[in-house]
Amino acid sequence: MLYFLGYPQNGHRRGVRARLMRLFPCSTAKKPSASNQNSVEDELELSAVRHRPEGLEQLEAQTRFSRKELQILYRGFKNECPSGVVNEDTFKDIYAQFFPQGDASTYAHFLFNAFDTDHNGSVSFEDFVMGLSILLRGTVQEKLNWAFNLYDINKDGYITKEEMLDIMKAIYDMMGKCTYPVLKEETPRQHVEIFFQKMDKNKDGVVTIDEFIDCCQNDENIMRSMHLFENVI
Amino acid sequence: MAAGVAAWLPFARAAAIGWMPVANLPMPVAPTEKNKRQDELIILNVSGRRFQTWRNTLDRYPDTLLGSSEKEFFYNEETKEYFFDRDPDVFRSVLNFYRTGKLHYPRYECISSYDEELAFFGIIPEIIGDCCYEEYKDRKRENAERLMDDQEDNKDSKLPNMTFRETMWRAFENPHTSTMALVFYYVTGFFIAISVITNVVETVPCGSAPNQKEVPCGERYTVAFFCMDTACVMIFTVEYLMRLFAAPSRYRFMRSVMSIIDVVAILPYYIGLVMTDNEDVSGAFVTLRVFRVFRIFKFSRHSQGLRILGYTLKSCASELGFLLFSLTMAIIIFATVMFYAEKGSSSSKFTSIPASFWYTIVTMTTLGYGDMVPKTIAGKIFGSICSLSGVLVIALPVPVIVSNFSRIYHQNQRADKRRAQKKARLARIRISKTGSSSAFLHSKRNGLFNEALELTVRPEEQRLSKSTSLLESQHHHLLHCLEKTTVSAHNHEFVDEQCYQQSYLEAGLQTYPSRSPSLSSQDGVTGTCCTRRSKKRHTPLPNASAQAHMHPLTHPHAHQQGLQELSTIHIQPLSTSRSSLNMRVDEPAPLNCQSGQITTAIISIPTPPATTPEGDAHPPAGPAHQNVVKVSAL
Repeated sequence: MLYFLGYPQNGHRRGVRARLMRLFPCSTAKKPSASNQNSVEDELELSAVRHRPEGLEQLEAQTRFSRKELQILYRGFKNECPSGVVNEDTFKDIYAQFFPQGDASTYAHFLFNAFDTDHNGSVSFEDFVMGLSILLRGTVQEKLNWAFNLYDINKDGYITKEEMLDIMKAIYDMMGKCTYPVLKEETPRQHVEIFFQKMDKNKDGVVTIDEFIDCCQNDENIMRSMHLFENVI
Repeated sequence: MAAGVAAWLPFARAAAIGWMPVANLPMPVAPTEKNKRQDELIILNVSGRRFQTWRNTLDRYPDTLLGSSEKEFFYNEETKEYFFDRDPDVFRSVLNFYRTGKLHYPRYECISSYDEELAFFGIIPEIIGDCCYEEYKDRKRENAERLMDDQEDNKDSKLPNMTFRETMWRAFENPHTSTMALVFYYVTGFFIAISVITNVVETVPCGSAPNQKEVPCGERYTVAFFCMDTACVMIFTVEYLMRLFAAPSRYRFMRSVMSIIDVVAILPYYIGLVMTDNEDVSGAFVTLRVFRVFRIFKFSRHSQGLRILGYTLKSCASELGFLLFSLTMAIIIFATVMFYAEKGSSSSKFTSIPASFWYTIVTMTTLGYGDMVPKTIAGKIFGSICSLSGVLVIALPVPVIVSNFSRIYHQNQRADKRRAQKKARLARIRISKTGSSSAFLHSKRNGLFNEALELTVRPEEQRLSKSTSLLESQHHHLLHCLEKTTVSAHNHEFVDEQCYQQSYLEAGLQTYPSRSPSLSSQDGVTGTCCTRRSKKRHTPLPNASAQAHMHPLTHPHAHQQGLQELSTIHIQPLSTSRSSLNMRVDEPAPLNCQSGQITTAIISIPTPPATTPEGDAHPPAGPAHQNVVKVSAL
C-alpha cells in the first residue's frame, strides 16, 4: 500500500514504514528491517571483497620466488580470480579442470584447507604464493611438513587412520571409474594399511610428525619425488 | 583445459607433492622444457591496429593459427611484428579468446565474416561461450536458410534428363515452372472453390412450392448437385492419383498432411456411393458429408499464408497447450464457484457444474450471450472476477503465437524479396561486366595505339597513357600477355559478350601446337561477329622460335568448332619483348605493329560474381575452368 501512496524518500522510508508497521499489532517489523540491513551490508561486502596483495618487495622477501616469477604467478592468479581471492568453490572448479575423469572436489577441499593457513575461508594471493614457495622452493623438511599438514585434517598433530582413509579416498576419487585395473572398494583401505605399516613405527595407531618425517627421509622414492617439481615455474 | 586454468597448472603440479609420501612406486620423470624462454610480449599488427600480448597467452591453444608455428608465416622481419591483413574488430574477439578462454560473438558483427575470421585463425566456433552461443546459432540458422533459399531458386532451372515422373512432381510442387503446371494449378483451385460453394449452396433454402415447406436447394435439384459433386470428386481423385504416381517417395507422400486432407476430402463421396440408401447408416452418412468441408483445406496448396498459419500453429504447440490448460483450469474453478454461489437462487440456470462451464467460457472470452446470468450477489461478484481474469488469461499466450507467426511470415517475405533482389543484382553485375569488358577492348585498341606510338614517338606515351589508371593498365597488360601466350592455330582474343555467348555453347578447346609461326588456318570459324576479328593478320613473333610454351590446359569437353574463345592459357614466359605485346588490330585500322599471335583466353570467374568490375572484365568461361586464373582487382 505504501507504494500506491508514492514512494517516500530514503530518509523517511524506515520511519514511515516503521510507524505503519507499529499500527499492526502482530507485525514483525523489527526483524525484516534488521535483516534487510544485514543482507544489504552482506551484499556490499561480497561485492566489495577485493583483495590487494602486499607489495612485491614484501612478497619477495617472504617467499623464495624472484620478482619475475611473482609477476607471472600473480598475472595467472588474477586472471582466474579477478577479485583477488579464491573461495573454495572456485578452487574446486579450477582443480577439477585438471582431472576431468574423476571427482577432484574432496581432495581440492583438503588442499584448500592446506593453503588457507589463516582459515578465513578464502585463499588470497599471499597464501597461494606462500604455499607454492614451500612446495617448489622449500627444503625437503618444509615440504614434508606441508604434506603432513595436508594429511592432518583436524590439525591436531596426529594422522589417524580415519584421516588417512579420507585422504586416500579423495585421491582415488580423482582417478575416476575408468581405470585399469578397475579400482575396488578395498583399494584405498589397503593402501592406508600399507601406509601405516610403513610410517607408524610405534604402532600406536597414529602417525606423528616426527615419525612421518623420519620415515620419509629414509625412503628413497619419496626423497626423489620431492625434487620432482622443482622447476615448475 | 581452459586457458585461464592453464596458468594454474604449475600450482596443480606443485600440489601433487601432497601425493608423494603416500605413493608406493617411484614417480615418472618430469618433462623438461628444453629452451625455457622468458615470457615476452609479441606484437600482432592487424591491419594497422597493434595488439600486444604475452607469447604464453597465445601458446595456450597450440592448434590454432596464433598458437602454432603457423604464425611465423606472417612475421615481418623489419618491424619485428606479426602482420595480419584482417579485420581488427573481429580480431579483438579472437584475441580475447586467448586471454580469457571464452570466445564471444559480438552481436553487431556479420555472421559470415565472423565465421571466416574464425576459420582463418583456426578456431572452431563450437567453443563460443554460453552467453553468446544462442545468438550465434540463431544468426547462423538464418543465414543457412537464406543460402538454402537461394540454392532452391537455382535449382529451379531446368535440368536435362528428368524422367517424366520427376517432371510431373516438379510441376506439381512449383506451378510456375511450366504452363501446363500453371493450368493444372488454376483448374484444381477453381474446382476446389466450386466444390466448396456447392456444399454451401446445397443447404440454402431455395424457393418452394406453395403448399410445401421450404426445401434446401440440395433436395430440390438433387441430380444437379450430385453431378457437380461427382465432377469435383473425380477431378480430385485424378489429381491425387497423379500426385501419388509422381511422388518420389510414395510412402512419405501418403503420410504428408496435404495428402491426408485430399483423402479425407474425397472419401465421403465414395463411402456414400458404397453405402446405398440404408436406413441404419443414413445418419452416419449425413455426418460424413460434414467432412466434405475439408476440401477447403486443399486451398492451402494454393495459399502461402495459409501454410504459414498452419506451420505457426504447429510450432506454437506448446504455447497453445499452455493456453488450453490454463483456460481449462480457470473454467473449472469459476464454474464450481458460480454453481455453488447460484445454488441458492431459485430458477437458476446453473443446474450443475458442467452447465456452468458454458457460462464461464462465455464470460471469460467476454462474449456474454446473456442466456445464463447470475442472480445472487455472490454470483455477480464472482462473475465479474471471472470476466476480468478471462481477459488476462487469454491475453497472455497470444502474443507469443503472434510473434511466432510474424517471424515466420517475415521470413517468407524475405525469401520473396531476396528473389526479386537477386534478379536486380544479377542484372547490375551483367551490366558492369559488359562495361568492363568493353573498357578492356577499348583500351586494348588504345593500347595498340599507345604501344605502336611508343615504338615511334617515345615522349608521347605520357600523354596517351593518362586515359587509363595504373591498375587498369596493369590489368590490361596481363590480359594482353594472356592473349599473347596462347598460341594456336586459330585466332583467339577477347571478344565481347554477344559473340561469347553465341559461341559458348559450341566452344571447345583445341590443343595447340607448341609453336605456330603463322596463324593462318581458320577452319571452322562460324561465328558472325567474331569472324571479322578472328581473321588473323600478324607476322610471327620475332622470337617465337625461342619460346618455350607450357603445355596448355585442355578443356574436357573439346568440341571441334574452332571458334575463338574459351581456349586455355598458354603461359609464354619469354614473350616480354615490346614487339610481342603488340596486338593485332581490326581491319579498319591497320597499324604497323609486329603483332604476335593472339588467342583468346577466357578467364573464369567463380559463380558468385561479386568481384570488382575490373575483375569481371571477361565473360565467364566454360564450366570447367573453375580454377583458372581469377583476375580480381589487380
